Amino acid sequence: MKRKSENITNSIYPIVSVAAILVLWECLSYFEVVPNFMLPSPGQTVEAFVKDFPLLMMHLRVTLAETLVGTVIGVVLGYASACLMDRWDWAYKAVYPLVVLTQTIPAVAIAPLLVLWFGYKMMPKIVLIVLITYFPIAVGVLDGFRSADQDAINLLRSMGATRWQIFRHVKFPGALPNFFSGLRITVAYAVVGAVLAEWLGGFAGLGVYMTRVKKSFAYDKMFAVIFLISIISLLLIGLVNLVQRRCMPWERVRGYEESQRRRKPAQMKEK
Amino acid sequence: MTHKLETKNITMNFGEGDIISEISIHVDQGELVSLLGVSGSGKTTLFNCISGIYHPTEGQVILDGTDITGQTGHISYMLQKDLLLPYKTIEDNVGLPLVIRGMKKEEARAEAGKHFQEFGLEGTQKMYPAQLSGGMRQRAALLRTYLFSDNVALLDEPFSALDTITKGRIHRWYLDVMEKIRLTTVFITHDINEAILLSDRIYIMTGRPGRIQTELQIRTPRGQRQDFDLTEEFLEHKRTIMELLEKQG
Repeated sequence: MKRKSENITNSIYPIVSVAAILVLWECLSYFEVVPNFMLPSPGQTVEAFVKDFPLLMMHLRVTLAETLVGTVIGVVLGYASACLMDRWDWAYKAVYPLVVLTQTIPAVAIAPLLVLWFGYKMMPKIVLIVLITYFPIAVGVLDGFRSADQDAINLLRSMGATRWQIFRHVKFPGALPNFFSGLRITVAYAVVGAVLAEWLGGFAGLGVYMTRVKKSFAYDKMFAVIFLISIISLLLIGLVNLVQRRCMPWERVRGYEESQRRRKPAQMKEK
Repeated sequence: MTHKLETKNITMNFGEGDIISEISIHVDQGELVSLLGVSGSGKTTLFNCISGIYHPTEGQVILDGTDITGQTGHISYMLQKDLLLPYKTIEDNVGLPLVIRGMKKEEARAEAGKHFQEFGLEGTQKMYPAQLSGGMRQRAALLRTYLFSDNVALLDEPFSALDTITKGRIHRWYLDVMEKIRLTTVFITHDINEAILLSDRIYIMTGRPGRIQTELQIRTPRGQRQDFDLTEEFLEHKRTIMELLEKQG
């Protein structure tokens, strides 16, 4: 009971801060501190959102499809590389620098090239998303594999466990928190990546919609689509949290967090 | 008569001198034997050799007359850390050795479930390790060890992380359970009282390199050890052991 009331109090803070920003924003446009055509009010933004709703949904469907396909491929590749790097040291030495390299390439720089190479359809968007999502998954999961308790592995080995069984019972579940942390970052980046790639060329998608409304100076619509993207990202992060809670029921057990802290004092992860 | 488990002149060397040297010990069926010694006397290294995680530089491990040197999967193992996997329920943790051996998850649960009563773990089947006290977790770990192999269990300081009161309670529980399951056990400890209280026989080990110094038989049968630590025999053993360890300094 106490926990519940605490949760409610905790959620009051962000609600108040967001409301404050909305009020400030409304004031800014109401008193014309910033000219209205450049900064539409929250009300106008909502209006634009409602008016263009069917169109927005049509574009959203395309963006989400790209995000989904790209994320799935990126996650599968990332997870597979983490497995390879964990299994063979030479693979670690050979692949790890490449993994880091994918992260150092600025998405803004490579996106136009991808459009040039792969055309205006879905391909360049998916490739960009794969590049973006690959890194957090590969590095996060590898980290999870490596922090597996060596004594637990030895115990399973003494039971005569095969390499696959050690993976199945120790490494895989042990790396799940890292996997989900990576996935949370990944889905938010993926949507932004898709929009960025669409911005640079395409026939449909929220990025394409954005360039069109920008060219017609419809800033209210611009704001509407920005909000839609934020909301979609938040929803996807929420979805990841939901799946995580489903997959990891033991995390909700009373005393779990404390026992984890005792086990690895140096590695408290963000919650 | 052949012993249940026997080590013949085990020597382990990682390249910088022997860690343990020419260790020959044996355990008979149903016997509880302790290895008592200071930290760094190579007790854990010996265990790793017996359980097959290491292949000893020299010597053999004989189980029921067969040479099992360097083979895993025969002899079960329990550490001070309970090593219960935080993401598995107690019944799945305990049944893990059965699953490793190829049993289906459901069968392993049923098989493990038979022993919960006996081990004083009733009602914890669906709980996660984090919900149990340290003492209960060690009970679960011992049940897992037992399900892994009812041949011989190696217990490496299993109760040393527990507080004194819990420890006293778990010692009584341990003798009680052992009476029921008759598991052949080698028990590492650096706690003299624990060694005398829980064993039939004690090997005293001294370090660098680890050797067996001497062997001590406890006369009072395990079944009759209420308030054993207050008896003359207990003190006599304790005095002998302390003198021995003192001399090694």
